Amino acid sequence: MKHLKIYFSVFIMVMALASCNSNKTEKISDELTGFQCPMKCEGEKTYAEAGSCPICNMDLQPIEMQEDIVIDEDGISEESIFNLTSTWNTEEGEEIQLEDLKGKTLVMVMIYTTCKAACPRLVADMRNIEAQIPKDNLDNLRFVLVSIDPNTDTPERLKAFAIENFMDGEQWTFLQGTEASVREFANVLAMKYKQISPIDFSHSNIISVFNSGGELIHQQEGLGVDNKETVESILELTQ
Amino acid sequence: MKTKAFSLIIICCVFQTFMFGQTEGMVFIKGSRYLPLYGRDSTVVEVKDFNMDIYPVTNKDYELFVEKYPKWQKSNVIKLFADDSYLANWKNNLELKDDQNSNSPVTYVSWFAAKAYCECQGKRLPTVDEWEYAAMADETTKDARVKPSYNEQILAWYEAPRSNENIIGESPKNAWGVYDLHGLVWEWTLDFNSVLITGESRKDVDKDSDLFCGSASLNATDLMNYAAFMRYAIRGSLKAKYSMKNLGFRCVQDINQ
Repeated sequence: MKHLKIYFSVFIMVMALASCNSNKTEKISDELTGFQCPMKCEGEKTYAEAGSCPICNMDLQPIEMQEDIVIDEDGISEESIFNLTSTWNTEEGEEIQLEDLKGKTLVMVMIYTTCKAACPRLVADMRNIEAQIPKDNLDNLRFVLVSIDPNTDTPERLKAFAIENFMDGEQWTFLQGTEASVREFANVLAMKYKQISPIDFSHSNIISVFNSGGELIHQQEGLGVDNKETVESILELTQ
Repeated sequence: MKTKAFSLIIICCVFQTFMFGQTEGMVFIKGSRYLPLYGRDSTVVEVKDFNMDIYPVTNKDYELFVEKYPKWQKSNVIKLFADDSYLANWKNNLELKDDQNSNSPVTYVSWFAAKAYCECQGKRLPTVDEWEYAAMADETTKDARVKPSYNEQILAWYEAPRSNENIIGESPKNAWGVYDLHGLVWEWTLDFNSVLITGESRKDVDKDSDLFCGSASLNATDLMNYAAFMRYAIRGSLKAKYSMKNLGFRCVQDINQ
């Protein structure tokens, strides 16, 4: 197992070199622990303990094992955001790559914590969406809030923001990148923003839904709009 | 005496490495403050000193790049980073179509590809503010925006068809020594997505009234600079994976202090 990890990180390093990316490529081991049916009879459903799949009776496999098997050049589709190799800090102070979020449906939005106008409404929209998702589906779901303002929004600040806004649960993740990685990520979402004063940004309000492979499935634009379609697409992906 | 000669040699060496290698094919642009069409709070922006490529990146340059980095070849590029028209004027992974000129600016490249190209050379894409700063010069003046002839010339180009097929370096260089900022193709900028004047921003943006089309131009700082307004408008309509016939790029480099 240890060896596998080493091989894997070497592989990542080589890939990063080949793509001529100067980002640091330290790979932090996956936090994901759990078991899953190798046939994925129940989609991405995971179990806390080893056992057998209630549908096909095959032995459940540890998820980490699967990750290692799946990840090769074709493990990530061409349209997947996991092709981005930048490193991000979470509100818990961990360093991750987007790929570490693989396996869960992702609902992503870009905000900044000093925002007074649109972001509180965007955050409310996110909570509103979360409230419409049944508890069972939440296990397969992550709400990811990416800061547009990486200079101000340190992990500590993001953590404080999370607590303040009742978004400190497992399913919420906040990310701090660098100016370059944020710009790149925004471009993947086709999201526009501009710093208009030291503490203020003008930005488009887009909530994006990605499937467990990191492919963009749905985008909701605007504030306080009807989120029925967004919720539907999330439910479909997390079933 | 000996130590003096020695230090002189050292200085020469340092100076030389600084002069060459760093700036081959680039010119020095002295930074300053200026008032762009759209800046932060419509006030002056500050541009630091930087080096800029004298010419836009050509088809020939790009051929060398994809040879070295197969990941950016036409059939290998992943969909996240470029749309279907990526390098549409190439006949295969390594060659241009026969009717294309290798000294024309490379086009049909996405923002991701342009960014990777510059990074692979230890450079980067210019910001909108840097690009506009270098581009407001005409042949003799560094800020020619007040001259009627400056705008007329650019607008005349906007009307000329198929200018992307012309070759680089044919029109006179500007006061900085940079060629073809106007006249051949539009160019990618690092933060092109920072401009919010597209139709969609009407509903998206918290400051909508001052950033939408007609009202945006009224709010712009210089109503005469219609050409610049068109550039900002087109940037606002782009997505990073778009590859377009009349959109190329050039790189810049920070000055190491």
